[in-house]
Amino acid sequence: MTTPTSTPVPPHASRPGDRAPAAAAGRRHGTRAARRREGRAGFGMAAPALVLLLLFLVIPVLLAFGLSFTNARLISPNPPRFVGLDNFLRAFTADPVFLRSMLNTFVFAAVVVPVQAALGLLLAVLVNQKIRGVTAFRVIFFIPVVTSIVVVSILWRFMYQENGLINSMIDTITFGAWQGMAWLNDPSTALGAIIVLSIWQAVGFHMLIWLSGLQTIPEALYEAARMDGATPRQQFANVTWPGLHSTMVFVLVTITIAALGLFVQVDVMTQGGPVNSTSTLVYHAVRKGYRELETGYGATISLIFFVLVLIIALVQRHLTRDKD
Amino acid sequence: MTTPRTAAPLAEHDVRRRRKVWSYAAMSVLAVIFLFPLVFMLVSSLKPDSQILSDIGSPQAFLPVGDISLDNYFGVFDRVPVSRFLFNSVLVTVLTVGLGLIVNSMAGFALSRMRWKGRSLVLSLVIATLIVPFETIAVPMVYWVSKLPTLVLEGGVPKYDFGWLNSYHVQIVPFIANAFAIFLFTQYFSTIPKSLDEAARIDGAGWFTIYRRIVAPLAGPAFATVAILTFLPAWNQYLWPLMVVQQEDLRPVMVGMQYFFQLNTAWGEVMAYTSLITIPVLVVFLSFQRAFVSSVAASGVKG
Repeated sequence: MTTPTSTPVPPHASRPGDRAPAAAAGRRHGTRAARRREGRAGFGMAAPALVLLLLFLVIPVLLAFGLSFTNARLISPNPPRFVGLDNFLRAFTADPVFLRSMLNTFVFAAVVVPVQAALGLLLAVLVNQKIRGVTAFRVIFFIPVVTSIVVVSILWRFMYQENGLINSMIDTITFGAWQGMAWLNDPSTALGAIIVLSIWQAVGFHMLIWLSGLQTIPEALYEAARMDGATPRQQFANVTWPGLHSTMVFVLVTITIAALGLFVQVDVMTQGGPVNSTSTLVYHAVRKGYRELETGYGATISLIFFVLVLIIALVQRHLTRDKD
Repeated sequence: MTTPRTAAPLAEHDVRRRRKVWSYAAMSVLAVIFLFPLVFMLVSSLKPDSQILSDIGSPQAFLPVGDISLDNYFGVFDRVPVSRFLFNSVLVTVLTVGLGLIVNSMAGFALSRMRWKGRSLVLSLVIATLIVPFETIAVPMVYWVSKLPTLVLEGGVPKYDFGWLNSYHVQIVPFIANAFAIFLFTQYFSTIPKSLDEAARIDGAGWFTIYRRIVAPLAGPAFATVAILTFLPAWNQYLWPLMVVQQEDLRPVMVGMQYFFQLNTAWGEVMAYTSLITIPVLVVFLSFQRAFVSSVAASGVKG
């Protein structure tokens, strides 16, 4: 679109009363004016979103960087003071709760990521069959996803009680051999209990992502495989799985980032306890940076969390590029 | 038809039928696993506390039998300002989603259909911000919003004050612009033929008119997808209002839950409260389930 003649001149570009240059020049002038107007209008229409993103995304990210090198406090008459790497040193050498939170976060992600991804794929394969009533099952498996994680956490907190539903169900299944236990009050089971409900709540989401991946695989490939006598298992290994590469990367990355951000379940169910066995990076960042008003240190923990997410995103880019 | 031809097709038919039976069995077991906690919640919300506990050991835990009433619901309304919390959540959700649709679609329009300096740079920056999880910036952002200026009327005189804490706008404004929504709009708008814009330009239409009258009406599915994907997080807000809203009459439903855990937990009322804030979302989901499912699927396609 560099040739001036191909761009239509808006009628109001050269109004009568304007200086009237030669026809060709006038046209070029009008085009340039229209261009300029388009440029201004384009920026103007994008501006509200861009300003908001700047204010509530870019600046907070920069603040996370900046504040983590200071002793800023949420409510304080004194301006923040530069303290160098003190916060980072404190996190890695003088704050056992931070190290424990990081470990818990990794354990949580290490279990949730593979299990939830695999279960999601299993569900997707089940509901991808062309059999009657399959849509209803899709909807049912998705219902926990639309239920707030706050509600889910409270509900499961109730069910995990010593005299709660989970114990009574295990009791029924084992014909009374089960001694009920308070799942969330025991440091050895609390994180596991949170893992179970987290998978239960979110797996339906990833079922749908897998499902949309499954549906991009052409039916003709399966027909060809069947004609070659491939068993269902062989079809899955040689047709389905290779066709799901980019979906797999997407699912793994979204689950990993969500898992590393674990907060609500902990806040509602255990407040990080018992004895910090369920404290996580984000929970610790909120505890320090907000509840104990140490914004600077909280920002440091947030920043460490962000670096982890960034590494995973870069690994994702690397993995997807390999395939292309 | 009547004469069985060979054994092979019969066996294959058999195998297929057996697989179908297994699939239904597996899906039914899974359906029970996915539904039982919610059935338990809804049923328990109708029972007095003592019966909830005594029913737990039997299948009655999942059946609305015994001393069934709406007492827990009345109890909830007596104990906490539920209607106020619901109003706050509806207000925050509607404004966040509504303003987000306008602001993000305008940005998507400018990024996909107009030529301006820095456009491609801006687009790649917007996409780059997608990897920033909200949890990363939550703590610094509390500090940030506590310093932002705000206009207050003091005895009818407008005056500047500092700090956005304890307000509606602190719950809405930071979440209007959404990089993922901008990305989805940009993608969708670029599938609509640009010749429409040119024709409208010849007829003297301005850019905003083209956006408003020509492109936006053709992008219904994109608007629906963005509305659905921004509705749930807005309704489910927890971490943010927990930190920035201490004033009870401004709090949303999810944070309002805290009032039930002060002394002895009245589980019947808790179940009534959680049912009360879950049912509206379930109703919306079940009535638009097709749109929900395709929206979520669309969010994965970019991968």
